[in-house]
Amino acid sequence: MTNHWIDIKNADAILIMGSNAAEHHPISFKWVLDAKSRGAVVMHVDPKFSRTSARSNFHVPLRSGTDIAFLGGMINHIIENKKYFEEYLVNYTNASFLVGDAFGFEEGLFTGYDPKTRKYDQTKWAFQLDENKIPKKDPSLGNPRCVFQLMKKHYSRYTPDKVSNITGVSQENLLKVYEAYAATGAPNKAGTILYALGWTHHTVGVQNIRSAAILQFLLGNIGIAGGGINALRGEPNVQGSTDHTLLYHLVPGYMAMPVADWQTLADYHKANTPVSNDPQSANWWQNKPKYFNSLLKAWFGENATKENDFGYGMLPKVEKGEDYSYLFLFDRMYRGELKGGFIFGLNPTNSVPNSNKVRKALDNLDWLVTVDVHNTETTDNWHRPGIDPKTIKTEVFLLPSAHRLEKDGTVTNSGRWQTWHNAAVKPPGDARTFGDMVVDLMNLVRKKYEKQPGTYADPILKIDWPAKYDAEEMAKRINGFFTVDIKVADKEYKKGQLVPSFAVLADDGSTSSLNWLYTGSYTEAEGNKSKRRDPTQTPMQAKIGLYPNWAWCWPVNRRILYNRASVNLDGQPYNPDKTVIQWQDGKWVGDVPDGGWPPLATGKGKSPFIMTVHGFGQLYGPGRMEGPFPEHYEPVETPVKNHPFSKQLRNPCYKSVSSDMDILAAPGDPKYPIVLTTYSVTEHWCGGGETRNLPNLLEAEPQLYVEMSPELAKEKGIKNGDGVIVESARGKVEAIAMVTVRMRPLKIQGKIIHEIGMPFCFGWTTPGCGDSTNRLTPSVGDPNTSIPEYKACLVNIKKADKLTEIS
Amino acid sequence: MPKSFLIDTSRCTACRGCQIACKEWHELPANKTKQRGSHQNPPDLNPFNYKLVRFSESLENGKISWYFFPDQCRHCIEPPCKGEAEGYLEGAIIKDDKTGAVLFTELTAKLSPENCEAVRAACPYDIPRRNEQTGLLTKCTMCIDRVSNGMLPACVKVCPTGAMNFGERADMLELAQKRLAEAKKTFPKATLADADNVSTIYLLIDEPKKYQPHAVAGLSGDLSRKQFLARIFGPLKRPLQRTASV
Repeated sequence: MTNHWIDIKNADAILIMGSNAAEHHPISFKWVLDAKSRGAVVMHVDPKFSRTSARSNFHVPLRSGTDIAFLGGMINHIIENKKYFEEYLVNYTNASFLVGDAFGFEEGLFTGYDPKTRKYDQTKWAFQLDENKIPKKDPSLGNPRCVFQLMKKHYSRYTPDKVSNITGVSQENLLKVYEAYAATGAPNKAGTILYALGWTHHTVGVQNIRSAAILQFLLGNIGIAGGGINALRGEPNVQGSTDHTLLYHLVPGYMAMPVADWQTLADYHKANTPVSNDPQSANWWQNKPKYFNSLLKAWFGENATKENDFGYGMLPKVEKGEDYSYLFLFDRMYRGELKGGFIFGLNPTNSVPNSNKVRKALDNLDWLVTVDVHNTETTDNWHRPGIDPKTIKTEVFLLPSAHRLEKDGTVTNSGRWQTWHNAAVKPPGDARTFGDMVVDLMNLVRKKYEKQPGTYADPILKIDWPAKYDAEEMAKRINGFFTVDIKVADKEYKKGQLVPSFAVLADDGSTSSLNWLYTGSYTEAEGNKSKRRDPTQTPMQAKIGLYPNWAWCWPVNRRILYNRASVNLDGQPYNPDKTVIQWQDGKWVGDVPDGGWPPLATGKGKSPFIMTVHGFGQLYGPGRMEGPFPEHYEPVETPVKNHPFSKQLRNPCYKSVSSDMDILAAPGDPKYPIVLTTYSVTEHWCGGGETRNLPNLLEAEPQLYVEMSPELAKEKGIKNGDGVIVESARGKVEAIAMVTVRMRPLKIQGKIIHEIGMPFCFGWTTPGCGDSTNRLTPSVGDPNTSIPEYKACLVNIKKADKLTEIS
Repeated sequence: MPKSFLIDTSRCTACRGCQIACKEWHELPANKTKQRGSHQNPPDLNPFNYKLVRFSESLENGKISWYFFPDQCRHCIEPPCKGEAEGYLEGAIIKDDKTGAVLFTELTAKLSPENCEAVRAACPYDIPRRNEQTGLLTKCTMCIDRVSNGMLPACVKVCPTGAMNFGERADMLELAQKRLAEAKKTFPKATLADADNVSTIYLLIDEPKKYQPHAVAGLSGDLSRKQFLARIFGPLKRPLQRTASV
């Protein structure tokens, strides 16, 4: 989230799209309903009428995978009807930037596409630069090569009739949403967009969110109270684990994973440190060497020295362009290229697409260590139905892990608040925390290497590794220490004292930090700030419910990101009733500003979007794989053979794997005419590996179901409660039919397309509840993130003669 | 001072936190349920579910409605179940003066199945359920143990949206009127269900029958509202003032 949970109450319009907020993030609706009772309009755009829809002002059904068409239509509506916030657009976004002559767009493809590699040459999309290498601008927004004009042209194609034709949303419903949301373009109005996996689980996932960002920039909704782009992150500490990098392409703090091309630290910094010559650009990532070197210092301690590049050479490096995400990992495993591994708290045989393939892939391992609270479909894969465990060679270890309520530590919520929790009870029996297991295991490995160092033991022996895991100590290491006695400003710090803020992290080895974003969370002056529970706030803060003294939030306790876009050039708020920050008597008051520089009108200010090179919000985003503007492409498995925007049917850069089990249905395949979308449920947690073992939750949501319209049910001769078989090109799944008016048939290109929906939380280890829905979904992914397309694929459905998975 | 619940269905998202919290607090065992084509599970109140979120959906003139009704004992001001039970066994059903909680005691196990059925029939909201193993009549306890110790009922404590509210009756009535006025702006048919007669007041945003057959007294036809009120205010079989302190 750019904003935070409580801040949702400040919105005048709430667009919930790509999310079933009420069911999957129940607490969100405390604030959504608060906003609603103050007069906000709440809109839910989603294939299914859910509990979210029930509490919204209105629900608009659309076909899965057509969000960009829907949002592109809204961008067009806002521009055509001049509903945008022009002052914000000119001062704070790259609307005025001039794009180079090489950029173009034709028939769904931007310039620079190479069909052989399925990649773009992104240099074709560069801005026109002046003699100082600063982008040229036209603040009048009239230049035909300026971002605003190019964007206007691009989205002029997204007319209501075309959008309606492909999304299945009536033109009346389109306008209802467009008008209500576009009204937040007024300077004193706020609109927020709440999204979740409904947007990310697509082969156009990143561009779905880019579309939302464009909308929010057009309407001046970023940086303000009640605005923002708000990703509702999952309960399994998704925000915290992303910050600390449970992703292969990053190291902690959103810095790139070293690749083989960057052999030295200098190579790494050269490739990753952005340069701006614009004195008005903070270009915050220019500080990256300070954060990266402090990270190396935290990893290698005394063994990280200037002379040895702070140990950079000891880091493993990935092959450039290689994909190590789990679509590809399991593909390699299926091909027999992996021998063994660890699976911590994850149930891939249930939650990874094409799970029949994942199950077979695991059979190829020599050994596997699984770590979980309960036995799951993954820990017990070799006992799965139809398999004789004696025929599988894998040696499997199951380590019992502590439940999250049995350990001390922090969770970072969607609003970036890091909150400490104490263990409620001790873990039972031999169960241990992940931290205990990893620290002890590595110490055993280190002992072994000390005795037999082998070829290159340095990376293992020279890391600064604790003897025992201690959550409090880890929180300190994450914050970081001074490694020498030092004077910062007027204050003296001793070696070993905690660093007060990331502003003092250095690239010379004098500081360490396991994650620069969290520096300042644990200080000598205030201790562990994630333990703060102080509700006091100033009257200005109280108006918007900022609660700056409750827990701690990254970065530097800033509760609303990019908040300097909430004020005009003089530092005065666009909406004085909901002030986030304000320049008063020579200083900022309210939230922690995005940098303490004075307002831009003084000539000493900085542009508010400090994490971008040039300091401006990126309507035009040259960094994404499939283009600088979002464009509608169909899901990889689509019920249509063409769409109205171009001849390019699907994302030209989508990712996929190609084994004998990765079969895809052709566009408009008559064998699989129905669109399937998949989702979580309120009552179970993710793949259900934990919650299916809780009888009260299983009582409330006991068995796999498929939600379908009465119209489709009639067509297929299915009655409510009947057993059915859902089939895709990859597998079959049994489910119970839930025939409901909440699923509506959609009119697409003049004919009816049916969509059905299924949860993915059921698995065979819970007797009679059904088995993995992901046996149906395909291993195709977004080109930027490799996140699989769980939300749209093709299936057929029929009444079952008998059920074997459900009883 | 008597207490009341206000259950504001305009704020209910059917997360079922209340349903689960009730089971957890009372340590009730789980039923073996099946998917029958509805999210409402278990299908009905039973000796192990004192609280159940009922789901009701419809499509009218192109508009989908989905209503959620966290069903539980209304803790009637003049409880007909108590009146009925006293005809058979004194003290089987009591009313706590302090909170207004209507409580089924262990003595209900001594009621015959037929008497239990009569008590069940007396309830205009179809709430009591008999545990066939123990013979006990069961229902919502208003978490009298929690409330007597200054805590909120489990279902209220766990509610994330403000749908479940609990407090002094006067405060709840005031809150109910405030919420009703707000709800009426969007939902002209919004009402407070039997507010004068019960301690569990529902704010409904549509006609009660759209929620469930027993959303208000007398709706299902097995007992008319008039009969219900006559039963409450009519002559009683036993002296009324039989209360217990907890």
